This record gives sequence, structure tokens and C-alpha cells, in this order.
Amino acid sequence: MKKYSALLFLLLGLALVAKSFLPERPKTDFDLAAFGRLPVVVNGRVKPLDTVARTSLVVFQSSQRVSAPDGTPLAPNEWLLDVLFRGSRADAYQHFEINHPDLLAIFGLTPEDGRNKRRFSFRQLEPKIAELQRQSALAGPVDAALRTPFQKAVVQLYSNVGLYFRLKGSLVAPDHKDFLAELMTFQSSVTAGVTAVRAKQANQPHDEALAARMMEAGARFSRMDELAYLLGVPPADGEANTTGWKKAGESLLESFQTGQIAPAVMVYAGLARTWNAGQAKEFNELVGLYHSQLEKKFPSSLTKCAAEARFNSAEPFYTASILYVLAFLIAVISWLFWPAELGRAAFWLVGLAWVLATAGILARMWLEGRPPVTNLYSSALFVGWSAVGFCLALEYFYRNAIGSVAAGLVGFSTLLIAHHLSLGGDTLEMMRAVLDSNFWLATHVVTVTAGYGATFLAGFLALIYIVRGLFTASLDKATADALSRMIYGIVCFGTLFSLVGTILGGIWADQSWGRFWGWDPKENGALMIVIWNALILHARWGGIAKQRGIAALAVFGNIVTAWSWFGVNMLGVGLHSYGFMDSAFWWLIGFAASQLFFIALACLPLSAWRSFRPAT
Amino acid sequence: MNDVTRQFRDFFVSLKLTVVLLALSLILVFAATLDQVNLGIWGVQEKYFQTFFVLARFGDFPAPVFPGGYFIGGLLLLNLIAAHLYRLKLEWRKAGIQLTHAGIIILLVGELLTGLWQEDFQMAIKEGESKDYSESFRLYELVLVDTTDPKFDEIVAIPDTKLAQSAVVQHPKLPFRVVTTAYFPNAALARRDPAAPASPAVPIASQGIGPGVAVTPLPITYKMNETNVPAAVVELIGAEGSLGTWLVSPDLAAPQTLTHGGRTWRIALRIARAYKPFALELLKVTHEIYVGTDLPKNFSSRIKLTTPDGRDDREVLIYMNNPLRYGGYTFYQYQMDSARGLTVLQVVRNPSWLLPYIACIMMTIGLILQFSLSLRAFIAKRRATPSPVAA
Repeated sequence: MKKYSALLFLLLGLALVAKSFLPERPKTDFDLAAFGRLPVVVNGRVKPLDTVARTSLVVFQSSQRVSAPDGTPLAPNEWLLDVLFRGSRADAYQHFEINHPDLLAIFGLTPEDGRNKRRFSFRQLEPKIAELQRQSALAGPVDAALRTPFQKAVVQLYSNVGLYFRLKGSLVAPDHKDFLAELMTFQSSVTAGVTAVRAKQANQPHDEALAARMMEAGARFSRMDELAYLLGVPPADGEANTTGWKKAGESLLESFQTGQIAPAVMVYAGLARTWNAGQAKEFNELVGLYHSQLEKKFPSSLTKCAAEARFNSAEPFYTASILYVLAFLIAVISWLFWPAELGRAAFWLVGLAWVLATAGILARMWLEGRPPVTNLYSSALFVGWSAVGFCLALEYFYRNAIGSVAAGLVGFSTLLIAHHLSLGGDTLEMMRAVLDSNFWLATHVVTVTAGYGATFLAGFLALIYIVRGLFTASLDKATADALSRMIYGIVCFGTLFSLVGTILGGIWADQSWGRFWGWDPKENGALMIVIWNALILHARWGGIAKQRGIAALAVFGNIVTAWSWFGVNMLGVGLHSYGFMDSAFWWLIGFAASQLFFIALACLPLSAWRSFRPAT
Repeated sequence: MNDVTRQFRDFFVSLKLTVVLLALSLILVFAATLDQVNLGIWGVQEKYFQTFFVLARFGDFPAPVFPGGYFIGGLLLLNLIAAHLYRLKLEWRKAGIQLTHAGIIILLVGELLTGLWQEDFQMAIKEGESKDYSESFRLYELVLVDTTDPKFDEIVAIPDTKLAQSAVVQHPKLPFRVVTTAYFPNAALARRDPAAPASPAVPIASQGIGPGVAVTPLPITYKMNETNVPAAVVELIGAEGSLGTWLVSPDLAAPQTLTHGGRTWRIALRIARAYKPFALELLKVTHEIYVGTDLPKNFSSRIKLTTPDGRDDREVLIYMNNPLRYGGYTFYQYQMDSARGLTVLQVVRNPSWLLPYIACIMMTIGLILQFSLSLRAFIAKRRATPSPVAA
């Protein structure tokens, strides 16, 4: 057992990874996965409906897990199908998250009325929608940064309900009975109908009923055009035309002129009918037919959508975070029992988690056609990835499980941060014009983010030094020296990456804005990391701080880095405020306070340190 | 060497000084970042960085409360140079560190030169329009344009800083002196009710449009999305005495003219201009967005560049991250209003722009050299001692 423990844990980890990549077993006869792979355009990007389903759910209720009123769990695609095509049923799904008690009071609801005490259905909100709209109109003019928690909750919920409506009107008319039948009648009479309407306008004899039907259809289609969230109709000329995607409503309005309804619109109407009628076979055939049609003109979009849907369901970063926790626990235990065997097990698990995270990041890069870091979410992934990379190198040289403990800690916490950042919606975003430069994203952003990772890692290693030295007797001189050298080495890397990254950023700024340095908050944040790392190095070289002092300084580096990473975005000023976020403010304060507490601990006299206390 | 000089030397070459200065600079940068919310990016630079001391006002008295950017930066530079001269040893082991620090020196000097030399202007051009001058972001100038000869204008421009100092300006091209009676760095103009009593702080101009305009002085704004609009009352005094006073402001669109000694001038306070020995004509602006969103994908301006001598006559495309460098100037895509066919280019002249690039290369090579030497020594040492696991 002892001898094979490392192998056992590795196999366990591999099994976990393998399970996440296996396709989910379908619970229905409908081919939900194939439906989820169909491409649409949202926020300027071609993405599979699977992503639309998951990101909408996350925006509505901070979680992809949803269930029908009777408690049956729904797959995200099943949920989306009901929202898109069977509104009457979706209206009863409790998927709007409301946490603010005053907001619940507006609807006359109590937490007990909701699923998990915080999620409510549209039907529950419907009677007071007008009041929600009024409250939102009151909160709307207030500057986003100055809104009260209640106002923020109102604006968020109103926008979520709006998104729900827009999804419902994206592919079929929201109040349709049988949209396919409606379209077929329309198709057969559109030419005559347009003539009738023209005649009516010219005050000539015409078929009054037909003209009225046409006007009504036009009104319905323009309502769909206004509402729609998805651009579901691909351009006829193939994927080279990136701007040709249309809303179903827009495409239907065009059919008044062409007399033809776009195939995609018909397909979705057909899917609506078969989904509502429970005709799984016909549904699957239709999806298959549409896939093979698209295959001719959109081969690479389809490949990417299929890969993205698979990526979504595998959730590699979730699995990686479990592996990091496991590795952390095993590595800590290895300080007490079986150091060699459990140490190796932890090392291998960290390695496995890191390989998985690497694969995840590479997959995102390929999907987006971008370097690894493009927004705050991907920066969290990359900070963790680079820090764990350093840990693997440390562990390879030192074999004392410290690298694995730090890797587990940093790896898990960065993925946790990333998870919370992903609650805003789709994390694969298009780049604003000013940031649209793969060269600089690949050099400046990557280097600076690796600098964040290294500086955080030095801080976490210092935390290990303080906690082990102060509270346990396990930090013998050899380990303390080794740990101190590790901190120093990582600070060196932190200096290298943050300095080079910051200067590259200056050069990018010179290239795009005409000045090398502008004292922009994000630039200042990066500069502060450089200054702090330089300070640690000079304090060590000058003999001003010894092991404990360096550890305390390195912990302060955590605060500096957290400030630079998130704090400056909260100021809401400057050219870099694209990463704006407000809810994390108290988390940042709490983190800084905890780090100050550890620094205070590090300043306790040697006699208080269990590892260094002179033997009595 | 006596004790005092030794102490002096030891102070300037010490690593303790370096650490203290680095800590001070960290605090300075942090405070400046926070204060940007109140002061804006320009105000912060003046208050914290382009100064020897950060001043705080206690009542009416400004008192230094913290060393400023010039102070800390200057001492760091001294410390850096002194320490390296003092400990200078030419050997491979030190080359990385020395190269890195030389890079930092160049970077600091480069920033200082940029602060002194950089000119930052903008150029707003409409489609079909051609311009041979750029305009300042924040500076204004009083111009007296001699329009007597219909073939050309002769312009005398007086920077607003002179007006702010209430300096008396005597120019050989002008048969009168220009005296500033009042100057407001930011002011709002409105139609004046003739019956209303005049504010004693704001003299009413006697000539031109002045008598009909009420001037309300405003505090200087530092906000990113607001601009200061100055106003001034100037008196022109010829050999035979005063010709009268004029109110000038960029907000006064209608031209004001005066005639003296048979010649006619136009008088105006306008955004300071810098004329160029070439002209840019805007052919077309393009504003691309991502389909189905209002997220900007790219802004680009197609420009025709011409020189009066005809040596240059070509089309260029300026877009995000791709500026035009020409004649010592760099033109960046800055703002755009595609509906009105308007583009705004940022025009920068910075003779020291290359220094950061050189510094970057030196520091990168230096740090990589240093750390790879350390890493090699470290690995060699690890190899020499058996690892605890293997034992």
C-alpha cells in the first residue's frame, strides 16, 4: 500500500479526468448534444447553443444546475429548448436568483417560495413586472458605481428578465402555437400578400383579409427582430462573411421581398414543433439535416462549436480544482507520514491538474484564436497556471512537498477566483479595438500575468514558512533554509516577469496611445509590484531583512499584487478599467487584512516560534 | 577621507537608502493612484510626480507632506549611480546586475526627458478636410491676426501662460502693447443683462462683443471628461494711449476685429496650434463593430499626406495600434465620430521615444543573464548534495 500509494492516487486522478471527458449519458431520446452544437452568434462571436444555455443560466442564477418544478434535473440544453420553444413551461422554471430581501418584498415573495430559498420562476415574478420596471427606471440613471445594493439587485434582475424575453423571441415568435405552420402559410401566400398590401396602399382593389394577415405577420416579425438575443441565421455565402449573421426576425422581414424563408428559420421552427410534440426521432433528423447543411459552408465553425460544447461539459478547470485540493491535503499529510511516498503522490497529482489546466487554456486559446490572457477571467486562470508551473519546478528540485502544498493552495484559489469571475457570462469575449493586438496580448499581458503568479507564489511560500515555523516544530533549519531560498528564487522570477512585462506594456502604450508611461492606475499597479519585488531583493542583498523579514515582506507582496490585479479596477478610472468589478471589494479588504495578520505573526519574537524556540 | 565625507559617501551608496526610497516610491504611487479619482490623471501627475514635494493645504498654507516624484526619482538615480561607481568591478558575475541597473538609469532619464520634451497635441479632421496644424489638449493662445493683406494672414500668438501671469506683451509686429486685465483659467459665458450690476471681480470689456457678455469664473476642473474653457479681458495700448479692452474666449465663435493705423486685426483666444510643414487630408473614416453588438472592433482613418514641395503625396491608413510616424511626429487614432465623418488623431513629438526601448532590451538581457547564472550555480549545488528523498 505504502509503496504504491503514489500510483494509486495518480490512477484515481486519471479516473476523475477520464470521467469528466466521457459524454454524459442522455436521459431522453432527444439528441440534446447535437442541438447544443448548433452555431449562433452572440456578442460578436460564433458559439454553440450549449454555451448560450450555460452562460445564460449562470447569469440568471450563478449556477448551471437547474431543475423542473417537480425536481427533475434539467440538462442546460433541455432548459434552453424550453426557454426558446416552449415558453409556457419555462415560465414555471425557478431560475431567477434574488438574494436581496427588499427586492423579494416587491414581489410579495419570501425565500421559502423559491428553489434553494433564492431562485424564482417568471410566473412568480409576473404579477409585479411593471413594478420591477418602475424600480429599474428609478435606479437606471444612478451611476453604476454609486448604486445601492438594492438598486444593483433591481437592475440585475430587470436585465435578466429582459434577457429571458429576448431568448424567447430569438428563434420563434414568443407567443406562437405552431410557428412552423404559421411560416408555411406565410410562405405560400407571401407573394400574393405583398401584392395585396401594395394594392391596399395604392387604394386599389385588393384581398383585405390577406393584406391584414401580412401586416400582422410583419408586426410579429419586427417584434422578433427587436427582441432577439441570438443571431441564429447564418449568411448564405459561408463563414468568410463574419458580419452576415442575422436574427430570425430580421431574416423573416427580408422574406417579404425575396418570397423565401431562410432554411435556418424553418429548421428552428421545425425543432420548436417537434420539441413541443415530443417527436424525438423527427427532432433528431432535423438537427442532423441542419448539421449536414452547415457542414458545407461552415466547416470550421462547426468543428469549433463541437469542441466548445465538449469543453463546456468536461469542465476541465473544475476537475483541476478538485485535484489541487486533493494534492494539497496529501502534501500536508506527507509532512507527518510517509514523506517520500505521499510527497510523490502529491507531486504527480499537481502535475496532472496542471496538465489538465494547460489543456483547458490551450483549448480556450484555440477557440478564441488569441493568446491565453484576454480578460480578468483568463488572467485568473493564467496566474494560477504560471504559479503552479513554478511550484512544479520547485518540487522537482527540492522534493519536500512545499511546492505541492503551495501549488494546491494557489491553484485552487485562482480557480475559485476564476469561477466567481465567470458568473458575469461568457468568458470568451471579443476584444475591444484598443486591445485588439495579438502580439502585445501575447508578450506584455502574458509576462505581466506570470509576474502576478510568481509574486503571489512567493507570498504563499512565505505563508507556509510563517505557519509551519510558528505553529509547528517541523520547520528544521535545513527546511527553513530551503524554503527561504525558494521564496528568494521566486521573488527573482517575479521581478523578472513583472519588470519586463511592465516595460513591454509601456512600449505597447507608446505604440497605441503615444506615450510610454501615463500613470494610469493599472500601470501604477504593475509598477508597484516591480518596486516591491525590487525592495525585497535589495533588502536581502543589503542584509537588512533575514529569513523571517523576507517572509513578512513577501506576504505583503500578496497585498500589492491583489491591489494591482483587482483593486485598481475598482477605482473605475483610467484606460484599463475594462476589467471593472465592484462586488469583490470586501473580499479584497478581507484578504489584505488577513495578510497583515500573518505579517504581524511573522514579527513575533523568536521565542514564540515553535520551530525556532531554543530547546529547554 | 575624513569622517564626514565618508558618512556622506556611505549614505549615498547604501542599500538601506535604496530600500527606503523604494518603500517611499511605493507609497507615493499608491497615494497617487487613489487620488486619481479626485484629481484626474493630469492633476495627479502635477501634484505627485512632477514635483519635489507633495504639498497639502492647511488653511491657506501649502506645506510639504511627502517627497515627490522628482525627489525620490532623483535620489534613486544618485543612489544607483553612486553605488555602481563605488562598487564597480568589471566581471561576468556582475554583468547582468550592472546591465539591468544601467537600463533603469536610462529609463529614469528617458522619463525625465519625455516630461521635458514631449509635445502632445490632437488633430480633428472631417472627411474631405485638410489640416496642416494640430491643436493642444489643454493649452490656449491669444492670437492677433493681421488680415489687412487679402493674400495672407500674419499671426501673432501669445500663449495663455503669459496671460495667466498678467505679463505685458510687446511684439515687433504689433503697433500696440497687449496687457491682460483679467484672466480666468475656467469660466462660463452667458448673455449679460445690461441692467444687472457688474461683478467687481470681472471687468467688462469696452469693445467688441464684450459689453454684452457676463463672465462667471469657475474652479479648474481635473475631470477626464471635462475641459477648462478660459476667458480673458485684454487691453491694447498704442502710442497714443488705450484702444480699449476686449473679452476673448474660445467659446466666442463670432470674430472680433479692430482697426488701428489703417490695418485690421482679428483678435481671439483659441486652442493653441502647432503648424506642421505638411498637411493631412481625411479621405475616409471606418468604424467597425462586432456583429450584433456595439462593441468596437476597429477604428481606422484613411489619410492623404502631402507636403507643399510635393515630395510627399501618398495615402496612409492609421488604425488602432498602428500609428503613422512622419517628420518626427507620431499620429495615433484617438477618437472618432463616424456618423459625422470626423476623426481625431493624437499627435505626439517625443525626441526621446527610443530610450525606453533601449532600456527594456538592456534590462531584459541583464535580468536573464543574472538569473541564469544564479540558476546554474543553484543546480550545480543541488547536484553536489544528494536530495533528502534519495537518501
